[in-house]
Amino acid sequence: MSRTMAKASLHTAANLLFFTLIGTALLAVTFELTRDTIAESEEKEKMKLIGQIVPETAYDNDIMKDVGQVAADEMLGSDEATIVHRGRLNDESTIAVLEAIAPDGYGGKIKLIVAFHKDGKIGGVRVVTHNETPGLGDYIDIAKNQWITVFKGTSLENSRDRDWKVRKDGGTFDYMAGATITPRAIIKAVHKAAQYFALHRGELFKPVAQDPNVAQDTPAENKKASGKEKTK
Amino acid sequence: MTRQEMKDIIWNGLWKQNAGMVQLLGLCPLLAISNTLVNAVSLGLATTLVMTLSGSAVAAIREVIPNEARIPVYVLLIAVLVTIVQLLMNAYVHSLYLVLGIFIPLIVTNCIVLARAESFASKNGVRASTLDGIAMGLGLTAVLAVLGGVREILGKGTLMSGLDLIFGESAKSMVITIIPDYPGFLIAILPPGAFIVLGLLIALKNWLNLRAEQKVREATIPAATPQTA
Repeated sequence: MSRTMAKASLHTAANLLFFTLIGTALLAVTFELTRDTIAESEEKEKMKLIGQIVPETAYDNDIMKDVGQVAADEMLGSDEATIVHRGRLNDESTIAVLEAIAPDGYGGKIKLIVAFHKDGKIGGVRVVTHNETPGLGDYIDIAKNQWITVFKGTSLENSRDRDWKVRKDGGTFDYMAGATITPRAIIKAVHKAAQYFALHRGELFKPVAQDPNVAQDTPAENKKASGKEKTK
Repeated sequence: MTRQEMKDIIWNGLWKQNAGMVQLLGLCPLLAISNTLVNAVSLGLATTLVMTLSGSAVAAIREVIPNEARIPVYVLLIAVLVTIVQLLMNAYVHSLYLVLGIFIPLIVTNCIVLARAESFASKNGVRASTLDGIAMGLGLTAVLAVLGGVREILGKGTLMSGLDLIFGESAKSMVITIIPDYPGFLIAILPPGAFIVLGLLIALKNWLNLRAEQKVREATIPAATPQTA
């Protein structure tokens, strides 16, 4: 009796194993087949957003490839390393696109990209992902509304600390009635990112590290290089 | 499979046993994503694709799987199929993938897929099960489309907004503005709107069924109830 049961269980287990293997194989094949296309379309998507906030005349390098690692920082709202895209014109650093996270949106984290000109002026901000209420807080998405373009041209110089708030709180930023938590979170995150940029401008424009992994492996060399850049 | 059987399967899927209005299975995506027509139809079609594939796959292997292991194997199959569909959508219709987002992987948890695998595909042949998957999926898509359309008109005053996300910028001109300068009606866009509209839809279906039944009754015994005329 127990013998037949054991046999039946084994049979079932073998069956499950068999189908698991087939499933895994199918998934692996599909993953391999689609991987490049997916990476391409994700890059295109990001490029589209970056293209909206970085003027084409501001760079002549491959801004998608010219990336540097940015260590996790509370001011960027990040808890792991993020990536900065750097634009250069005639080998002169002109613009940097930082990733920042607003941790306190109404629906949790709001991921942003912020473009800073070398002088600290904001080229533009775009929301990459968010979970704000559809129809209420999602006007931060450029696909839905132009609101997010209010940041263009703002900088720490032309906006004092108390200006970085929605009008309701005494600041200079417009918002839409009914959803103030969302713009508050974004304004705060962009303000902090601007402060971060002001503090770390030099290292963000660190000269071309062809491969971010290589850059990570040789921090000393890069530091030296960035020092050179500064003194230049 | 006779013609009549085929007809029955299609009629069951589209109307009699409609997944959205009768079986009331798979409400999670139904309620969440049916806020615009384009979203609703897109997710409906993705679900249809998964149901068709899972129906035929389950029917093909139903003789091989031991009875005790069948549910895990079905779940495994469905999960694999959904992941494949998700990867393909991510690769080839990326903007639509961004719109549907989390709701694509959630097709796995849509109980209508497993329900059809267990109650139909595990007892029928490959062709019948494939047809059942298509019919059930299209029935669900139709309900989603009506829900999405009604909610979009009520909530935003437009129809087919977001079409440009699938077909590119040029499709923007195809968005129909039903009510110009519409201030918006938020509850229709939010999940409660889906419940309300779905309730009304079910009521409408029941009313239509009742009326059809009554007609049949009147036709069969016309002499017995002359005063109703």
